[in-house]
Amino acid sequence: MDITRRVREFILSNFYVTDAEGLSDADSLLSLGIVDSTGILEVIGFLEEEFAIVVEDEDATPANLESIERIAAFVSRKVSERVPEPMRSAEG
Amino acid sequence: MNPVPLLHDYLIESARRVPEKVALVCGERRLTYRELDEQSNALAQGLVRRGVERGDRVLVLAENSVEAVLAFWGTLKANAVASVISPQTRADKLAYLLRDCRPAAMIADAQLAAAFAEPASAASSLRAVLTFGIVPDRSPLRRLARHASLEATLAEDRRDVAPPRRCIDVDLAALIYTSGSTGEPKGVMLTHRNMLTAATSITSYLENVTDDVILGVLPLSFDYGLYQMIMAFRTSARLVLERNFAFPADVLKRVVAEKVTGFPGVPTMFAMLAEMRSLADHDLSSIRYVTNTAAALPVKHIRMLKQIFPAARIYSMYGLTECKRCTYLPPEDLDRKPTSVGIAIPNTELWVVDEQDRKLGPNEVGQLVIRGATVMRGYWEKPEETAKRLRPGPLPGESVLYTGDYCKLDEEGYLYFVARMDDVIKSRGEKVAPKEVENALVDIPGVREAAVIGVADEVLGQAVKAFVVLEDGVHLDARTVQRECQRRLENFMVPKHVVFLPELPHTSTGKIKKTGLS
Repeated sequence: MDITRRVREFILSNFYVTDAEGLSDADSLLSLGIVDSTGILEVIGFLEEEFAIVVEDEDATPANLESIERIAAFVSRKVSERVPEPMRSAEG
Repeated sequence: MNPVPLLHDYLIESARRVPEKVALVCGERRLTYRELDEQSNALAQGLVRRGVERGDRVLVLAENSVEAVLAFWGTLKANAVASVISPQTRADKLAYLLRDCRPAAMIADAQLAAAFAEPASAASSLRAVLTFGIVPDRSPLRRLARHASLEATLAEDRRDVAPPRRCIDVDLAALIYTSGSTGEPKGVMLTHRNMLTAATSITSYLENVTDDVILGVLPLSFDYGLYQMIMAFRTSARLVLERNFAFPADVLKRVVAEKVTGFPGVPTMFAMLAEMRSLADHDLSSIRYVTNTAAALPVKHIRMLKQIFPAARIYSMYGLTECKRCTYLPPEDLDRKPTSVGIAIPNTELWVVDEQDRKLGPNEVGQLVIRGATVMRGYWEKPEETAKRLRPGPLPGESVLYTGDYCKLDEEGYLYFVARMDDVIKSRGEKVAPKEVENALVDIPGVREAAVIGVADEVLGQAVKAFVVLEDGVHLDARTVQRECQRRLENFMVPKHVVFLPELPHTSTGKIKKTGLS
């Protein structure tokens, strides 16, 4: 399953979304009131566990976590930083 | 200033005094007092043009934003009553609020249409729904009658003058819904006089000055957040409005860049700060004062705040929406009386009574009573609930506030919060104050947050049950937590049950929501 779908499923199953079908990957999860300050901590916990990455304080910004697509882009960047080059090519 | 001031004179007067000063910083936007004054005039004209009259309610559904700020002041200038609602409010609660206060207008973020379009179209009281932001083609707002754009109103309506002034200071300025940690939401009715008195009192003990830069990270739908804006504009200071505290490192960068001097927070925020690994990277030396309310600060957090903000005066405060604020602890008393919530705020009086309404002496626990011009007019259309809280005071016709909080005073008149009366647990024939047990739990190294409730128990009557959130990477078992509690508490207070949770449910205002625990 790709990252976007895994993130989306987590959001939909853990938070209250008024209009699940209408929620686009680009929508702001915070402005829509889906995720709040403590909710972000849940999202971070999920990302760290699910994708084995470390989310630093400095990573917790709207640029990385505001929407599903931004989260997915952030995770794929983090994952590629984590996996050493040779291993990545071996996997890929 | 107008010799008989209303709340919005704070904005009008600052715009007269320092028109070109930046009053509001929000994201990339910086607005001067003149701009805020003019735009709120236009918004008020737009509301009046659409039929909003003196005393009508205007519901504002938005996260912290320039538009929410304009909506609040524009509503007051339209002689109406502002009710700012959390953007996280769900459709069914919104429907309740619309039925309850029957607003004449609603001002909302268009992005939230999925939650409000349906209840708004069913609300017959609404003469206008003004939204801001992009309205997509598929948005239900396209089908909503009486829908108009806030941006168009700001661009088109008269901005040089506000609508004629109709209110006097005993008229309502705001309806603040209590967050509903118990029962259905109640609208706390606050007059211009209530709010002017509270803002004057609080700015006096915080010693706010024109050069202050106040952080507004708490929601405007929460009275503590709303008052940051009111007090900033009262002193012609600057408000740095942040959407929320979801991204603490971003907020801290903003604090540094804007040289913030006032940092109002709640315990959850301070707990998040304490866990940041990069905290020391931020130079927070511009901060002159830090305030806390919503719950008494555990001693561990006070120590932590002193470390994070070494140059700041730390104010531990306590209050309830029904009178805005009851007490504050003068920072110089913090070391001497760390567990006290302090003394009555200026121009307010307090005492403690027993069940027969007799005044109690030092160290006797009873219900706290508040007297002063900050005390609300009552709960909106809830006479029975109002009668429980507002009762006759010492002067004829006067009402004082029976807070529903168990407190005690010491010999020097410093107040100690014991418990919400509804929360007290009766176990083994003793009264257990959840707050006291929670403070002991949070004092245990590795414990981030705790909530305590009473559960039915055949032997004890009620048993003490604790919900504990541990700090990242910490492992404790129930037995260890109980042992640690035994070192800190009398036996009857030690939790019989300990449950570990990844986090506690919070209300939209940051208080722990105990109705969600069992």
